[in-house]
Amino acid sequence: MAAPLGAPETAEGSLKESIRLRAGNFANTSDPNPKQRPHMFFPNQKKRRNVVSVLLATAFLSGLIACNKKDSANQSSNDILIGHYGSLTGATATFGQSAQKGIEMAIDAINASGGVLGRKLKVIVEDDQGKPEEAQTVATKLISKDRVVALLGEIASSNSLAAAPVAQASRIPMISPGSTNPKVTQVGDYIFRVCFIDPFQGLVMAKFATNTLKLKNVAVLRDIKSDYSVGLANFFVENFGKMGGAIVTDVSYSQGDKDFTAQLTAIKAKHPDGIFIPGYYTEVGLIALQARKLGITVTLLGGDGWDSSDLWKIGGTALNGCYYSNHYSVDDPSPILRKFVADFTERYRKTGDTIPDAMAALGYDAALILADAMKRANSAQPDSVRLALAQTKGFMGVTGSISLDEHRDAVKPAVVLEVKVDEKGNGRNVFKESVSP
Amino acid sequence: MESFLQQLINGISLGSIYALVALGYTMVYGVLRLINFAHGDVYMLGAYFGFYLSRILQGRTPYHLLDAALVMFLSMLGCAICGLLMERFAYRPVRRASRLTMLIIAIGLSLLIENAGQLIFGANPKFFPQLIPESHIKLGGLMLTNQQVIVLLTAVTLMILLNLFIYRSRTGKAMRAVSFNMDAAKLMGIDTDRIIALTFALGSALAAAGGILVSINIPGIDPLMGVMTGLKAFVAAVLGGIGNIFGAVLGGLILGLAEVMVAGYGSSTYRDAIAFLILIVILLFKPAGLLGKGAVEKV
Amino acid sequence: MKRIFFVLSTLSLLGLLQWGVTTLLLDGPIRQGPYYYQILILAGINIVLAVSLNLTNGIAGQFSIGHAGFFAVGAYMAASVSYYAGPAIRGLVGFLPLAGQDAAVLLLALAAAALATALAGLLVGIPSLRLRGDYLAIVTLGFGEIIRVLILNIDAVGGARGFSGIPKLSNFFWVYLLVAAVIATVGNLLRSSYGRAFIAIRENEIAAQAMGIDVTRHKVLAFVISSMFAGMAGCLFGHYTMYLHTNSFTFVKSFEIIIMIAIGGLGSIEGAVLGAVLLTVLPEAFRGFESYRMIIYSLALILIMIYRPQGILGQASVLKRLGARMAARRSAQGNVPVTAPAADGGNGG
Repeated sequence: MAAPLGAPETAEGSLKESIRLRAGNFANTSDPNPKQRPHMFFPNQKKRRNVVSVLLATAFLSGLIACNKKDSANQSSNDILIGHYGSLTGATATFGQSAQKGIEMAIDAINASGGVLGRKLKVIVEDDQGKPEEAQTVATKLISKDRVVALLGEIASSNSLAAAPVAQASRIPMISPGSTNPKVTQVGDYIFRVCFIDPFQGLVMAKFATNTLKLKNVAVLRDIKSDYSVGLANFFVENFGKMGGAIVTDVSYSQGDKDFTAQLTAIKAKHPDGIFIPGYYTEVGLIALQARKLGITVTLLGGDGWDSSDLWKIGGTALNGCYYSNHYSVDDPSPILRKFVADFTERYRKTGDTIPDAMAALGYDAALILADAMKRANSAQPDSVRLALAQTKGFMGVTGSISLDEHRDAVKPAVVLEVKVDEKGNGRNVFKESVSP
Repeated sequence: MESFLQQLINGISLGSIYALVALGYTMVYGVLRLINFAHGDVYMLGAYFGFYLSRILQGRTPYHLLDAALVMFLSMLGCAICGLLMERFAYRPVRRASRLTMLIIAIGLSLLIENAGQLIFGANPKFFPQLIPESHIKLGGLMLTNQQVIVLLTAVTLMILLNLFIYRSRTGKAMRAVSFNMDAAKLMGIDTDRIIALTFALGSALAAAGGILVSINIPGIDPLMGVMTGLKAFVAAVLGGIGNIFGAVLGGLILGLAEVMVAGYGSSTYRDAIAFLILIVILLFKPAGLLGKGAVEKV
Repeated sequence: MKRIFFVLSTLSLLGLLQWGVTTLLLDGPIRQGPYYYQILILAGINIVLAVSLNLTNGIAGQFSIGHAGFFAVGAYMAASVSYYAGPAIRGLVGFLPLAGQDAAVLLLALAAAALATALAGLLVGIPSLRLRGDYLAIVTLGFGEIIRVLILNIDAVGGARGFSGIPKLSNFFWVYLLVAAVIATVGNLLRSSYGRAFIAIRENEIAAQAMGIDVTRHKVLAFVISSMFAGMAGCLFGHYTMYLHTNSFTFVKSFEIIIMIAIGGLGSIEGAVLGAVLLTVLPEAFRGFESYRMIIYSLALILIMIYRPQGILGQASVLKRLGARMAARRSAQGNVPVTAPAADGGNGG
């Protein structure tokens, strides 16, 4: 069975080999004509194939040259270049796609009203597939190859944390639309965000669980692979404990897992009256389904990582009556938000995505704040933009009034939403309450 | 105790999927001594075929089960064709080359299917439609769904059918002969090319079945779902003794149970390591796997 | 004397190149300079990985698919040395200029990485005594994955969230110094009695044993040397990217290194170098095609393996010819009897 990998397994090859071996020859020493013997890894090939490989190599090289030409062609414009790195594909794909939609809308609006400093803004978008290491690579590429003056991105905290050191070291300001982990802006003074942070979000959900839902025994199921989930779980556990609740069990999964039955079975044995799952929507949807299958009927709670229309498609009716904290509610009556929602619906109706989620709204705000800082700095130099960004006060965005504090974090209220999904997977979030910091 | 029994059930249903996928690895390895790394991706293809087929077929027949069976049969057929194509255009041209060449082609194929999948199906997870309406079965304190039961029964049936085919049919005999000694089989007048192609088709069909059965239970599918499952199934095949049909089933069950126990009672982060840990320990003591026959090195 | 001269001239050449590359790419007139610089660095690291893996897989014939595991061990070990012990080391050598302090920290990190991975290599080398062929391959794959999961569970190195805050210490000079070192080491080994023993084991283990070669010792030696270089490459990688994540070290990375040596030509040093450069540059070059990039890449891989299974260079080795010529010259001087060219593994192609 366990023949060495290199042994020739061709029909004639091994037959000849075995006959020769049985004849008592040690192949290497007494082979009369070593040049004729096929090599263990590489039996003889026809000359024709050499030609093919040369052709292949040529094709490669010409492709390489063609690419470089293409790259250098679109450089000589007067646009101000901004980089956006986000998860356009992968397990958190709606985050990046939504943020990109919001950013596109904001940039088009700015350019339509004359641009910034008399120049147009141009966004170069790169896909990080929702992976930290890719986020780091594409951020490096945006900064060093495309020479962007500022970066927008990411939603998932782990990805922002991977790219932030690059931005900081290159002294390029970076605005994260939706990373809520406190560590993100602690990377350095070039890193900003336009959303609230997890200590606040954890507090909001702990309050909601204790005061509104009257929960006493809660289980925590966290995504050990994400900074966001681990951080938010910790802040929830801390606050929920302070308010007199008990955490009956604290188990974990890893992003990308599909089967959560083992963890859910362990949770079920502890009989909690609620489960806090601060994860991302793909896994949360599957967890909800599997929990219901195991006969777990209690309320599920989560954070802004749930905010995606894909959550409804995956989890379906299993999610009915579950709650999560978010950056804004689409039902908010403020005129600036109503206009944003109407514009968004108008613009993206064709893609079937008619209601902007929080990531789209945050992406929109992040791009507007960046343009605003450039205007105030009267410059597109990264250092001047950074200084202006740090002084952002009372900027009216679609997700509310945004002021950046000394830690470069936005101080904003949070909302709690209830998930309602029908049999066909069409969902809607119902506003429950708003909590100010 | 109750929760332990529940974990046992969880483990067996996970293990039966590993076993189905492992069978394909083991069969191909048996005839070609090739680790077909693209096999996990065929499993993914099976799930996607099922996804698109059930959109077309769902509700066309009077019974849900018939719907499901039809979807499964057609996507098994689709994957069998994919397996045949892979064998014909990627592996057959290099069958005379070294096994390393084949291995690299397998890796290349795997990358190709994954990336083409991301392009064609989209990289985002998709929601597999409910082929069978869910209903709960309560066994004491245990909670089962009818889906779990159907999945398990189907997996077992497929394994029994495969076993009958390999040990009772003429073609199965030829397959065993090729696996035992390809040259001798050829000399006996067996059309080895045909048998190898058939092995690929059969293995791929089983992987497709695994893909669909998994998606019935866990409806999130994505183009990279085959990577880890494929690797684990492969480990299961080696664990049981690669090239051995019963070994694959045994390996799959051991792996499924071990993973569920680690995730349920230990830490989920060690879940991916446990498969390899068991593998290494067993290989150190039984270098040919649990049921594999130790090969005698011929001089 | 000659050897010292050779080393010194290599060092000064690298120093000169470092200066040239920095002024041209990093501070210089080329717009996308830093990007090209990064590709240059990554190519260098991949060369080290490919050439070192070639020692086990191509030359000693012990098929390993766990190289990324050693790469990870080195990267994390070195990163934690410079992250946690870096300030202390700097304090000890405070009398040196800043560049000297950097070098001291990096050298210590390199040494730690080399030591840790050599140990890990020893650990993986031991099962290679019992297992052969595919089973060995699987066990190395398993070790690689286990190492990754273990790192994932160590909170001090960031666990699943990645290790950030690593100082940027490596540069062109260090990376290509390591490239020179690995090529020199593997090249010299090939021409030594060890190299001939490795090849003998690859060609036929039992025959090699019958000829009096200590198979066990040589196999383990190959593993240890190979993993040591992978670890040092990891050290330079971590100190270049300043961020480490276990996702960069999955079995897919191991596959990638295998593909490099297979495309270049298994068993040939030049092949490994060529394969590493191609596999670093081409995916970047195809970035323009975005979604089609990986499809083109995998298709090309399959086609190359079908039409040229011995790799682009095959076993044709410039080094080998050079070695043979040198041996011939030496024998003409009457010093050493001519033996068969050292790297006579390949008759194919």
